[in-house]
Amino acid sequence: MASVLILFAHPVYEKSRVNRQLIDKIADLDQVTIHDLYEVYPDFDIDVAQEQALLLAHDIIVFHHPFYWYSVPPLLKQWMDLVLEHGWAYGKGGTQLRNKKIFNAFSSGGSFAAYQKEGHNRYTITELMAPFDQTAFLCKMTYYPPFVVHNSHLLSPEEVAVFADQYREIITGLRDGRFSEDDLVSASYMNSLIQKSYSL
Amino acid sequence: MDKNSFLIQAIVYLSAAVVAVNLAKRLGLGSVLGYLFAGIAIGPYLLGFVGEEGKELMHIAEFGVVMMLFVIGLELEPNLLWRMRKLILGLGGLQILVSAIALGSIAYLAGQVWQSSLVIGLILALSSTAIVMQTLTEKSLLKTKAGQSSFAVLLSQDIAVIPMLAIFPLLATQQTNVVSTSFIANLPGWQQTLLVLAAIGGIILAGKYVVGPVFRWVAKTHQRELFMATAILLVFCIAELMIMVGLSPALGTFLAGVVLANSEYRHELESDIEPFKGLLLGLFFIAVGASINFGLIAANPGLILTLVLGLVIVKGVILYVLGAFFDIKGDQNMLFAVALAQSGEFAFVLFSFAGQYQLLDEQTTSVLVAVVAISMALSPLMFVLNERLIMPRFFTKQKAKRESDDIHETHPVIIAGFGRYGNIVGRFLKANGISATILDNDSDRVDLLRKFGFKVYYGDASRFDLMKAAGAESAKLIIIAMDTPEQCLQMVSLVKSHFPHLKILSRAYDRKDAFDLMDAGVDNIYRETLDSSLRMGTDALSMLGLRAYNTHRAARTFLRYDEKALTELLNYRKDTSSYIKVARDRIAELEELILSDMRDIEITERDSGWDSDALRKAVAGKDVSGNASSNEIF
Repeated sequence: MASVLILFAHPVYEKSRVNRQLIDKIADLDQVTIHDLYEVYPDFDIDVAQEQALLLAHDIIVFHHPFYWYSVPPLLKQWMDLVLEHGWAYGKGGTQLRNKKIFNAFSSGGSFAAYQKEGHNRYTITELMAPFDQTAFLCKMTYYPPFVVHNSHLLSPEEVAVFADQYREIITGLRDGRFSEDDLVSASYMNSLIQKSYSL
Repeated sequence: MDKNSFLIQAIVYLSAAVVAVNLAKRLGLGSVLGYLFAGIAIGPYLLGFVGEEGKELMHIAEFGVVMMLFVIGLELEPNLLWRMRKLILGLGGLQILVSAIALGSIAYLAGQVWQSSLVIGLILALSSTAIVMQTLTEKSLLKTKAGQSSFAVLLSQDIAVIPMLAIFPLLATQQTNVVSTSFIANLPGWQQTLLVLAAIGGIILAGKYVVGPVFRWVAKTHQRELFMATAILLVFCIAELMIMVGLSPALGTFLAGVVLANSEYRHELESDIEPFKGLLLGLFFIAVGASINFGLIAANPGLILTLVLGLVIVKGVILYVLGAFFDIKGDQNMLFAVALAQSGEFAFVLFSFAGQYQLLDEQTTSVLVAVVAISMALSPLMFVLNERLIMPRFFTKQKAKRESDDIHETHPVIIAGFGRYGNIVGRFLKANGISATILDNDSDRVDLLRKFGFKVYYGDASRFDLMKAAGAESAKLIIIAMDTPEQCLQMVSLVKSHFPHLKILSRAYDRKDAFDLMDAGVDNIYRETLDSSLRMGTDALSMLGLRAYNTHRAARTFLRYDEKALTELLNYRKDTSSYIKVARDRIAELEELILSDMRDIEITERDSGWDSDALRKAVAGKDVSGNASSNEIF
């Protein structure tokens, strides 16, 4: 069984409708560690050694966050800047994360259609994930496609609950090695691994 | 040996109480029953330690009821009383009326004249405030629907005693010369009314404007026993005033309690009166037990038994039906009916009062007194029966819903010490919508803060009873910010031993104090000067031209290492305690500081992820060797 580290970054968790339910749904899983970054580092004073130790202890890393300006909230970016050190995560001798898996899980206000070449966001989610894909690549990790909850502002509580169930299914599936590596690398959304793909 | 010497008497009463209450508690019967058994045991029919003087004692012990009503009043704010008006007037009034008619009719059918029947009905309709309140409190049932309703009914019964005292003389068929203890009894009616109103008004005004300054004045002496003396003096004065105008002392002190419920001295008063109240009430229950006339019962066991059962059943059924009308449901209604089915201590007073007017003959009175006493003694037993047999069998235990109108105000946070440190914490919590119960023992400060609308209570927070009164049992956190390190440590040990569920956040003065608190097992310690000194240092660095974000992070790192060093030094301090003791003061302190500063070099080595030195070196390496690592630089 693989171990999963959820690096959760949400500056207003108490007002969250979607991510809160997603986190609640996986909170009781064995071998899954939820690390609430804004709760641990309210002053952005990240303990690098502690974070690196956490990374070493897990096989699958998840950046779980709301999608702010096509990217992660600032604390998670701060985390990347400080924790993924040269000589540790990348560069000469930087092999500590080799062969670990990483992907993003996030909620987004925009629809699936909006994140198309013709849509008003003009780029697909896959294209916008390029910085994370490349970060993973530089750190010799495997980058998996993102799990996305689109239209997050419009979802009814029941619909959010459905996504929470899907999230749990995906995290347990990854933990227990239920998906084929080929599917994982070739899919554009993690959602499609459990046959819940978005379509136009 | 003189059986009646004060010491021997005290020894008899106290040892009986200690043994009987302890046994009763262990058997799960509650303290009231224990006291009653103690009374029966030492009474004239068993061991015979107490003779006729038991009746005298009862008069003294009745003061326990007076004090109890004062404490109840303290816990009841006027607006809460107003919100309960429907229960007090409606439920309480109907209970007295219906029970009096029913019980009176039975007496009439049994051959009493209508006047006597009315008197008997009214007197027996009353329940025992002492037993019911004590039992409900002990079982933590006061805040349940049944508890609140019982309290409302008891309150209206206490009020009803006043008109009863007024009506009985009018019912008298024979003119009698009654020696009244009332000071104003010989004045014409309208003057009496005016004086009664004046007395009540006086209590309210004095409670609002006089008592506060007096307590403040006394509090300044910092003599706890003087404060206690003042509190008892207050109760005595009110009781005497009430007796002078012919009202019930219990009602007067209850009123005074309500007036003082909003005052800053509320918790202190409560905890000062509490032990006296408890002991006197105990004495009262012992006296009730001792006064049961077993000779009379032995002479007519059938009659007495029938009367007791009849009384309890008639009252209980009426209570249950009324309870259902007032929306008390299931097990709560059963509890309500069981709680109030006995007759009360006021009966003893009222029977002798009615006797003075020849309303009841001596034979009837002594039978009724025995019936009342037995019904009181049965009451705690009925609670136990109800709890163990009736409830589990007939009612699925409905969760006792907590009403929002609690008698106690309870906050999740207690702030002990509201000086220059605690007040900032309190204001910050308040700004975030968290209200705290605040305790402070500087009467001037309490006075000032009250003027600004803070709910601050006077009292030494490191006392168990005061903490209990302040709701420590239901709070989540305690913030300790008292004026001296000794007080803080005392507070910590109190909380650790009596309220272990409370999370402690304590202020520390310096490193030594922080060590002491860590030794005492406090996890959250805040050295009061640390954060502000670091902020000053940060600003100083900024003014010297360093970038603000850099200095800010440097301060955070410094703080983290300093705290870490503190924990490490705690062990170091333990190992070399003899050495530290010799070199105690500043030298050791300085040494500790320097030791911790040696780690500060790590501060300058932080945030290497933002440091391009390593990257530059790697790029430079590529230039020389031209190897493949160049594609790993972004």
